[in-house]
Amino acid sequence: MAYDNHAAHSDSAGHDAHDDHKPHGWKRWVYATNHKDIGTMYLVFAGLMFFIGGAMAMVIRAELFKPGLQFVDPMFFNSMTTMHALFMIFGAVMPAWTGLANWQIPLQVGAPDMALPRLNNFSFWILPFAFTILFCTLFVPGGGPAGGWTLYPPLVLQGSESFPMVIFAIHLMGASSILGAINVIVTIMNMRAPGMSLLRMPLFVWSWLITAYLLIAVMPVLAGAVTMLLTDHFFGTTFFTAAGGGDPVMFQHIFWFFGHPEVYILILPAFGIVSEIIPAFARKPIFGYEAMVYAIASIAFLSFIVWAHHMFTVGMPLAGQLFFMLSTMLIAIPTGVKVFNWTATMWKSSMTFEPPMLFALAFLFLFTIGGFSGLMLAIVPADFQYHDTYFVVAHFHYVLVPGAIFSIMAGVYYWLPKWTSKMYDLGLAKAHFWLSAIFVNVLFFPQHFLGLAGMPRRIPDYAVQFTDWNMISSIGAFGFGLSQLLFPYIIWKCVKSGAPAPSRAWEGAHGLEWELPSPLPYHTWETPPTDAMIARGAEH
Amino acid sequence: MIRKALVSLAAMAALTSTAHAESGWHLLNMTQGVTDISRKIYSLHMLIFYVCVAIGVVVFGVMIWSLVKFRKSQGAIADTTMVHNTKVEIVWTAVPVAILIAMAVPAANTLVELEDTRNTELTIKVTGFQWGWQYDYLENGVVFFSRLARDADAARRLASGVDVTKIDHYLLNVDKPLVVPADTKIRLLVTANDVIHSWWVPAFGMKKDAIPGYVNEMWFKVDTDKTGVYRGQCVELCGRDHAFMPIVVDVRSKADFESWLKSTAESQKQASAGASAPQSAPPVAQATTPSAG
Repeated sequence: MAYDNHAAHSDSAGHDAHDDHKPHGWKRWVYATNHKDIGTMYLVFAGLMFFIGGAMAMVIRAELFKPGLQFVDPMFFNSMTTMHALFMIFGAVMPAWTGLANWQIPLQVGAPDMALPRLNNFSFWILPFAFTILFCTLFVPGGGPAGGWTLYPPLVLQGSESFPMVIFAIHLMGASSILGAINVIVTIMNMRAPGMSLLRMPLFVWSWLITAYLLIAVMPVLAGAVTMLLTDHFFGTTFFTAAGGGDPVMFQHIFWFFGHPEVYILILPAFGIVSEIIPAFARKPIFGYEAMVYAIASIAFLSFIVWAHHMFTVGMPLAGQLFFMLSTMLIAIPTGVKVFNWTATMWKSSMTFEPPMLFALAFLFLFTIGGFSGLMLAIVPADFQYHDTYFVVAHFHYVLVPGAIFSIMAGVYYWLPKWTSKMYDLGLAKAHFWLSAIFVNVLFFPQHFLGLAGMPRRIPDYAVQFTDWNMISSIGAFGFGLSQLLFPYIIWKCVKSGAPAPSRAWEGAHGLEWELPSPLPYHTWETPPTDAMIARGAEH
Repeated sequence: MIRKALVSLAAMAALTSTAHAESGWHLLNMTQGVTDISRKIYSLHMLIFYVCVAIGVVVFGVMIWSLVKFRKSQGAIADTTMVHNTKVEIVWTAVPVAILIAMAVPAANTLVELEDTRNTELTIKVTGFQWGWQYDYLENGVVFFSRLARDADAARRLASGVDVTKIDHYLLNVDKPLVVPADTKIRLLVTANDVIHSWWVPAFGMKKDAIPGYVNEMWFKVDTDKTGVYRGQCVELCGRDHAFMPIVVDVRSKADFESWLKSTAESQKQASAGASAPQSAPPVAQATTPSAG
């Protein structure tokens, strides 16, 4: 195995900390091949995108505070909703997961680094260019993309000069994701320590392995779809133009064939993180480890056969609507198994409520609410009323904000003491949690009401009866947005002046990463972990 | 549980804002609507909602119980042997399957009924364009455009300085509403000229995308006693003025409708005979007929 190559270094394992031959200054980051450095860059980048995307959300909520147009032109509003989605999905959540994968997968499977370090460098450094291009679209004549992140033709083909820039940026993001996914799969398949069998892997590693396969399967589909848009716009093809024999609905099928697995790319690693954190703070192994693995795999499989539930109103044949309704409802079963297993893990446990656990618990409650509204949306006749209203906005924000974002925060708060060897301010992190948990509900719960009362999504102005709940939602948004400023401050303070943290930072934390010393050496697992370490880590 | 809390929250909020004549705090749920289908959809919605509430009470109940009971600070000791239980796992897989089947049956039945566009009595072609609707009574030669009402159109300009709350049905009012008879199965053929739009009146319980190159079908039949004005909006992002293309349907008794149709057809005929140009300038460049279909 790969460890043979490192045999020469293995005698120095005892004093790793002293022979960290890391480059200094800017070269350390630009030429980075170390999984920890690249992981850090991914996470910092994701944080930056989270605040840019968040600022766009603030523009949206400010305009929607009152009926009438107060601040922005409708076209700019549309480009805010479009860019908010693109920045949050491709800029914040996906890179954050890749960052966590970079940091944790080698540590958790007992590998010295990611399998393909230079590819790793490349896949990260694509992203700043992609998002610079995307951000710059706001300043070209005609403004940024304003047809929604779903890029439906024919509307998207009316796009301004920003259109080819957006397509190019999406191609770059897709390439970056595919390369990152290849790296994850190769690492997990080839670099596990001897004795780390697949069914002993931590659930975070499992969830990422499955996510990586989803990425490889669907990112090329998105690339194909946007390339057809490009040729429709510039080269006279008519893939999606009815006047030339094309079909605008075909784009929606192709897009959502990518789009639904994409939704699970955003959430499956969250399942993994929560499955690490709840057992750690419940001081009890995860309930039904194998069922958890199979549930993730089933959800991933189902994600390929439910796509058209995003487009029930396009006028599909009855049989198609029935099929997609039933396949969508099936997702509730493996998802239910996961929620029940997490609950059973808490049963007869011994819990404490440090910040990572608080965020994981909020995930558990609020993601479940998002799951309920998802089940409601699966019922086709009811979906005819919910579709394209704020009910849908509420639904997917419940699964993405307290779902994906909260579990990213839970993961950062869980592993930060390992990464920095310092403990952050627990009190401040708890304040961050409570503010986030309260405001996220003030922000998104009223949107259910607005949707049911008939408010369409993606509108900059609305009828006056929707004012009251929109105001509440906007107040929640401002509160939530401001609370997030605590997050980088807490991390900065921890790095700067945190108290030293023990190498096993949490009493109940299991897994190979906690077997390593703190501060973490620059290169870890140059000698593979012992069987005893693996067995201790795999107590599930 | 959650709903109750929210209803009381809303009630509290409503009390504090009694000065606000048309407050929106009571807007919490889907409308029951004025058609048989919309009521069926409403009951499906409530059924699945209560199923979710019931599951929520059980699952959140167990979670909250655990959070209270199994705390280290209360001296709880973890049972680390509890890692697997086949019986329980079979139960919590099978029970959701049963619930889902129980949900799928009524949903499928309603869906079949909803998609049954046979035996309709009146057909109207609805064409979405940037940004408004064109209604074409295919059998009677009545055609007109329907756009956002003038007063709202002025008020909705960026920083117009107009108090939009003073405007009658702000953003939900048009110059010329679609007029239809009650107690009649009306078929709409929905299409679009330029980009995708979507036609939705919540009270009728149906929504269909208007797609260039496609002619989608939908139908509704308003109760005899539910004549009146019903409002909706375009619900598919269609560009700059997506928020400003409302839908208003004036439902009249059959007799009233017939006389309206007759007089409108006559006046349109006279107008087109009097001037070879179209009777009123279409709001956008000549609304061309959809390219296919």
